[in-house]
Amino acid sequence: MDAVLNNNTVSPKVLSIAKQQRVVDRVFKYTIQFFALSVLLTLLGIIASLIFNAAPALSKFGFGFFTTVEWDVVNGEFGGLIAIYGTIITSVIALIIAVPLSFGIAVFLTEMCPSILRRPLGTAIEILAAVPSIIYGMFGLFIFAPIFAQYIQPALAGTLGQIPGFGILFSGAFNGIGILCAGLILAMMILPFIASVMRDVFEIVPPVLKESAYGIGCTTWEVVRNVVLPYTKTGVIGGIMLGLGRALGETMAVTFVIGNAHKLSASLFAPGNSIASTLANEFGEAEVGAHYSSLFALGLALFVITFIVLTLAKFMLMRMEANQGAKT
Amino acid sequence: MISRDPTLFAKRKRANLFGLTFSLVAMSIGMIFLLWILAILLFKGFSAISPALFLEISPAPGTPGGGLANAIIGSLLMVFFCAFLSTPIGILAGIYLSEYGDNNKFSQVTRFVTDIMLSAPSIVIGLFVYAIIVYQVKHFSGWAGTVALSLIAIPVVVRTTENMLKLVPSTLREAAFALGAPKWKVSLTVVLRAAKSGVITGVLLAIARVSGETAPLLFTALNNQFFSTNMNAPMANLPVMIFQFAMSPYDNWVNLAWGGALLITFAVLGLNILARVVLREKVSV
Repeated sequence: MDAVLNNNTVSPKVLSIAKQQRVVDRVFKYTIQFFALSVLLTLLGIIASLIFNAAPALSKFGFGFFTTVEWDVVNGEFGGLIAIYGTIITSVIALIIAVPLSFGIAVFLTEMCPSILRRPLGTAIEILAAVPSIIYGMFGLFIFAPIFAQYIQPALAGTLGQIPGFGILFSGAFNGIGILCAGLILAMMILPFIASVMRDVFEIVPPVLKESAYGIGCTTWEVVRNVVLPYTKTGVIGGIMLGLGRALGETMAVTFVIGNAHKLSASLFAPGNSIASTLANEFGEAEVGAHYSSLFALGLALFVITFIVLTLAKFMLMRMEANQGAKT
Repeated sequence: MISRDPTLFAKRKRANLFGLTFSLVAMSIGMIFLLWILAILLFKGFSAISPALFLEISPAPGTPGGGLANAIIGSLLMVFFCAFLSTPIGILAGIYLSEYGDNNKFSQVTRFVTDIMLSAPSIVIGLFVYAIIVYQVKHFSGWAGTVALSLIAIPVVVRTTENMLKLVPSTLREAAFALGAPKWKVSLTVVLRAAKSGVITGVLLAIARVSGETAPLLFTALNNQFFSTNMNAPMANLPVMIFQFAMSPYDNWVNLAWGGALLITFAVLGLNILARVVLREKVSV
């Protein structure tokens, strides 16, 4: 570059333009690098501000904060166990229901669907993913919960609730809203997310692999189980983790239907609380002090849990992409 | 050689039938939920749609009538400023990742962090903005809400911009370089222009995403029962208004909440469909 610029045959005017452009180029590069950096700084800022504001509560209650049941606003005693339990249990219920259904949807869209319907049905699933979470919440509270209380809860109590030991999960009053209802609404919400990721990873299976399996006489289901699934294993798990990350942090859909009670009960029919719903309900009224700081500590716990889950999801999906390059 | 075990064959066929039926049922459940939600929204929301919904402000507790004018205007203002803020930041950061940050450590980390931020719990973003803005200036404001929404929108714009720019064939870049164009000019006037519709899609998807977000606004913009266009004061907005009205014991509030829910869902779905149309036009060209 320099050799060209210093060449005598280049007119001084061209030379000055080239020099000027180099400066502009550098300024442009650093400007946009700064914007890219701002995303990074935001994440660090979030972690720092959560730790800073959670510090008073964590130093007062110690690590026991995360294992204490007490949440007493009046007496200033705070422990996060109920909210953490609620967050995890609702997300687990959501996964148990959403994962097989998403798998079914992905199999349908990639292996069974007539090609004319593939695109509209795929779009419909993506549209289900775009519906705002507050709509799921309202739907859950006004439409689903009454039906749930009237038909599904008695049915569950009559069947699963009769199993000794296990049955306690399905006992208690049929209120509709509660931990199980929140889990079901969450399942509905994360279903399209997981299904779209699974469909995308199923689509990258090289057709020649599937055709070979069909060629030796495999049924569609055998192709899915023995060719598609092993090939896309990491991607599928990554998609599930992504859905789990969504479920853990979901606020509005859960707040409407979880019942918002600071109680730890064995039954899944009982109302409870999740980290996000506790924050949504109490943060606006919290005075600066132990309550305020404890809410930040809950926020920190939520952020750390989702961060770990999302990181694992990301690594799984990245490995999937890397493998794809190696195998094809 | 070929084993002709009829029971094995029947078993395999049964397993296949079972698996495929299950897939069909799963797909039907997904579709039933989508149609159910849309039907309920239309059914409940349509009765709340009237000129008053758009013209009158939210009613006081126990008073009949009223609308959501203040919330609609507040939401539009915040989403507009959010788009105004996050579009340039997101696009420029996206250009960096695609054009300048091939495989250096910095861009790998940024890419990773952007992906985490895409799915980070939105309520925690609300907490963060509360701590850095609302707590410092001691009052809730429309600006704080805008910032919270932007923090959610920026990662969406960054990632779609990067992906769309990467689809631009490198021959286009090389042709421009061969003519002596500097890199910034190539990035902005060749690559970005070639990927224009893809980038617009990203912005539309980001707007759609933030339009329905409630959690980050709870502690930032809060809500306002009155009409206000002052971005420096607590600001009414549709999602929080829907949340408060839906949880209230007043019938007309709940009814208004359904009306608002219908508006917001169709705005979000409309934006999503628009984004798809924009992208498809590009593919056909």
